[in-house]
Amino acid sequence: MTPVVSAQRIWKSFGSVDVLKGINLEVQEREVLCLIGPSGSGKSTLLRCINHLEKIDAGRLYVDGVLVGYKQRGDKLHELREKEVAFQRKDIGMVFQRFNLFPHMTALENVMEAPVQVRREPKAQVRQRAHELLERVGLADKAQNYPAQLSGGQQQRVAIARALAMQPKLMLFDEPTSALDPELVGDVLGVMKQLAKDGMTMVVVTHEMQFAREVADKVLFMDGGVVVEEGPPERVIGSPREERTKEFLARVLNPNA
Amino acid sequence: MSSSEAPPDEAPIEAEPIKAVPVRHYGRWAAGVVILFLAFIVIRSVMTNEALQWPVVGDYLFDDRILRGLQNTLILTVISMLIGIAGGILLAVMRLSPNPLMSGAASIYIWLFRGTPLITQLLFWNFLALAYPRLGLGVPFGPEFVSWDTNQLITQFTASLLGLGLNEAAYMAEIVRGGIQSVDSGQREAASALGMSQTKTLRRIILPQAMRVIIPPTGNETISMLKTTSLVVVIGYFELVVAAQTIYSQNYKTVPLLIVAALWYLFLTSVLTLVQMQIEKRFARGTSRDVAQKTGWRSRVFSRGGGNVT
Repeated sequence: MTPVVSAQRIWKSFGSVDVLKGINLEVQEREVLCLIGPSGSGKSTLLRCINHLEKIDAGRLYVDGVLVGYKQRGDKLHELREKEVAFQRKDIGMVFQRFNLFPHMTALENVMEAPVQVRREPKAQVRQRAHELLERVGLADKAQNYPAQLSGGQQQRVAIARALAMQPKLMLFDEPTSALDPELVGDVLGVMKQLAKDGMTMVVVTHEMQFAREVADKVLFMDGGVVVEEGPPERVIGSPREERTKEFLARVLNPNA
Repeated sequence: MSSSEAPPDEAPIEAEPIKAVPVRHYGRWAAGVVILFLAFIVIRSVMTNEALQWPVVGDYLFDDRILRGLQNTLILTVISMLIGIAGGILLAVMRLSPNPLMSGAASIYIWLFRGTPLITQLLFWNFLALAYPRLGLGVPFGPEFVSWDTNQLITQFTASLLGLGLNEAAYMAEIVRGGIQSVDSGQREAASALGMSQTKTLRRIILPQAMRVIIPPTGNETISMLKTTSLVVVIGYFELVVAAQTIYSQNYKTVPLLIVAALWYLFLTSVLTLVQMQIEKRFARGTSRDVAQKTGWRSRVFSRGGGNVT
């Protein structure tokens, strides 16, 4: 079966700084992959490469067996046009650290925007689905609220509903709980757990080790642009082999020590 | 949210309400007296000065020629602003384009039209025929399909529109660019991640948010345009000021007719200000956490709390 995401020796540099140095990665359907690691390790960049918000400099990246951002003709790669990139992105949902809801639209309008504008689905049908999605993330009563009237946790859940409205085959989460007050984190993680249980394929950049342990099928620890260690969560988080992983986990799990 | 609920039920020990003597602002009272006195002098002089000839003002306020001039002023203002806004958006988008020739062309346009006086531009368009006697459509360096006599094509009206509108576009371009750049980059990213194209992102996501920043200065520009239209005096298009001039050159009632014109400008400016407020309210959607609270001028003027000067 073709993996949903397949990355082969990805390199990415910003100017003279190499951020990703030959990353290999595979995510199967219905699998949840958690990317962990210190800040600056390249995990967010890797995530952003998957939907081509960042261009990779070398290697190959496939989503659902299709090359991301390029197309191959003979032995030459051609950059995709902006429209073609947009076409690829509509099947990949993304949730950002800072929510990035559209502030001039209500929660409902946020969720409806892309299906109506990009997929050109009939409004009535989308509205129905948007209400269902808001209910699924526990915000049925907030449909008419503007983002500024919602708490961070509520905004992030609307953002998840917005991404789901496009019925993506893959969801990317970029530190979805890092900008939240601690007491609001649980609601967002709860929605994500449910999503995983429902069989969504997910790649999650996170600092929530408990969540990674519970939900991830596979954890990938990155540092300095390379994958240091990967495997099932109970192995990588529970009994890490590498020194760097142990150090990182010690710092994250006992920040006061 | 439960966090915003009222304090706990058990009543605290009853505290006695504060009954303090408010601060007396003697300085403010003195300044108020001075202002009232000055206002009295000005109003008295305006009412009693015979030279202002208020009855004549009344006679000419709704004179046919004045109303015709007024109508032309309004037409010029509206069309010039439409040209200015459309051109401004186009120039702003060009200016932000990654193509250096696009952004360069926009920069040069803005440089040229902001860098020369509007009067010069108006005169230039009016005398375009001296530089280009005939204007035509055709293939460059090839055959020409149609051509017109420039003097017939460029009337005083079209010259006024070209002058005012193209000049305004240069200023509006900078206003629109500022608005577009004020929108958080995460918005563009979120729209891209949802698969929206760049044009759609601009139209649906970026511009509506930029509007909040763009509208107040655009309101200024419109009000300013209303009065700037009087510059077309130099090419003799019949608008409000020319109408007033035409009349007072016949009957020598210069001051009252200038007052007539001024009153109309004031009236229109006031209307435009109200319109601007309505539009601003519309684009403020989603910016406040709660229902807009009203503080009337009454409470601000008469509040005894001393007012918070910010």
